Amino acid sequence: MNLFERYFTGRKEPQLDTDMIWPEGDESSIKLFTRRFKKHKLAVAGLGVIIILTLCAIFAPLIAPYDPTTVTESFGAAPSMDHLMGTDQVGRDQLSRLIYSARVSLSVGVGSILIAVAIGTILGLISGYFGGWIDSLIMRITDMFMAFPYIMLILVVASIVGPGLMNMIIILGVLGWPGIARLVRGNVLTLKEAEYVKASVVLGYSTPRILFHHILPNTVAPILIYATSGIAGAILDEAALSFLGLGVQPPTPSWGNMLASAQSLTVLTSQPWLWIPPGVMIILSVLSINFVGDALRDALDPKNTK
Amino acid sequence: MFNYVIRRIFIAIPVLIGVTIINFIIMSMAPGSPVDMLISPQIPAEALAAKRIELGLDAPAYVQYLSWFKHLLQGDLGYSMITYEPVLNMILSRMGPTLLLMGVSLIIGVAIAVPLGILSARKQYSKLDYAAVTGSFLGISVPNFFLGLGLIYVFSIWLKILPSSGMTTLGSEGGFGDILLHLIMPVIVLTANVAGRNIRYVRSSMLEILEQDYLRTARAKGLKETLVINRHAVRNALIPIITVLGMEIPILFGGAVVIEQIFSWPGIGQLTMSSIMSRDYSTIMGLNLTAAVIVIVANLLTDITYALVDPRIKYSK
Repeated sequence: MNLFERYFTGRKEPQLDTDMIWPEGDESSIKLFTRRFKKHKLAVAGLGVIIILTLCAIFAPLIAPYDPTTVTESFGAAPSMDHLMGTDQVGRDQLSRLIYSARVSLSVGVGSILIAVAIGTILGLISGYFGGWIDSLIMRITDMFMAFPYIMLILVVASIVGPGLMNMIIILGVLGWPGIARLVRGNVLTLKEAEYVKASVVLGYSTPRILFHHILPNTVAPILIYATSGIAGAILDEAALSFLGLGVQPPTPSWGNMLASAQSLTVLTSQPWLWIPPGVMIILSVLSINFVGDALRDALDPKNTK
Repeated sequence: MFNYVIRRIFIAIPVLIGVTIINFIIMSMAPGSPVDMLISPQIPAEALAAKRIELGLDAPAYVQYLSWFKHLLQGDLGYSMITYEPVLNMILSRMGPTLLLMGVSLIIGVAIAVPLGILSARKQYSKLDYAAVTGSFLGISVPNFFLGLGLIYVFSIWLKILPSSGMTTLGSEGGFGDILLHLIMPVIVLTANVAGRNIRYVRSSMLEILEQDYLRTARAKGLKETLVINRHAVRNALIPIITVLGMEIPILFGGAVVIEQIFSWPGIGQLTMSSIMSRDYSTIMGLNLTAAVIVIVANLLTDITYALVDPRIKYSK
């Protein structure tokens, strides 16, 4: 490092060598991604938790000791050898219900985000690429939807449309797009000025081809990061709605509606096995997804040089 | 600056009108027509039938919307379908407790998030930094109703030191101290959310500022480190936080719905839940609209504050 370099570099950090920015050989982008992701220990653990939860959700009938809606002989029973996590007030096996609930939470999380991403991406692409009055129109509509407090709007719509798993997915999806639309629009505005997009315009490619083959692939990373935290948010929203009695309805088990039983004082005080495990499951899954989202943000960041 | 404010208000107006249209459309999906909701339900059926024709319920939707909108402009949100009270009065009487709850939580949440975020950024990768970031993740990942139940379990049932419901003790005068005791647990829950969301915002904003050249200049001038941080770094790091605070308002409204339900806090959120449970659509719609208007006004104020604070923003265009 010569004097000139030393003079102009940061106070504490030495200048990164080019070898560090472009690691030896040409490390493939997947390898680079994995290496950066693995640095986040909590995210790796989180990914493990998500995989286990997904497996539980898929193979629920094989793992669960009982049917989640079948009433067994004992009700409100404390954990025992027969029922590892006890039974609820109606006499359904708590462990089986916890396992089956993973299905509800994951399908609401992923399903609603898929809908939100589809709507948001298309509107964002159109808004950003065409600009002008189309852009103003779409952005003002986005503002309108964002003005309503999210939970309140969902509650209102759910009270009119009615509760249930499918309705939950649709409501959360259809109302969840504004954030994604803004994000995509912002990215498109920057990409539109990129040389390669201008080149494709000059080459006379059709607009859909430019939008979907040239611009969209370059906004996938931010969408993915946003969607990850969106899944966590949707799981929390579903839990809150089910807790309030407007989401997934019993007998279908969901962590949220299992917690609703704790609104009764007897359950809260003397049957903690009924409300603590579902709460812990929500925290565990949401925390894991958020950790993974954070690691994705780091690993997919183009400014990241480590 | 004046022009900027005027322009910003003019952008807000179509959004406000749009919000009323969305609200009207959702209302039309609910049983009972929106114009029905304006009529006091005490009126006998024959008079109602005559009123229907008079009000033009057979008219096309946009005419109905316009008539509803006209009432709205006069501050008429219609009558509750259950209690027959004017919706506006019901909302106004519940607004105070909710604003108290939201205001205190927002202030404490920010008072925790800002110093912690700044410290976390200055000591990046230290133990404190890891603790703050992990705490922030917990704050956004723990469902607020679960935290609320946990607090009730610990402080009301187990330790018996805090009241679990209401804003004042039943039958008492409900002085300042009493309200304060009732406020503690709901505020803890909402504060955990606010602080959780904002610690990482402040931290990353501060990290970005710490790399700026003007900080190096300030140090090169021989300024003390505390001065460099407090004068030059923190001030600039907090500018983007203003926008984030504006976004807290709608989230806090949502949080209030759940929290007020758990702690029986007599505010907007509890009114929302009870109207939903009793299918009181006129009240639900009035609440939804009021909340949206408050959010739009809050956003407007945020944008104006941002422009006032950040000299880089050009007011005229």
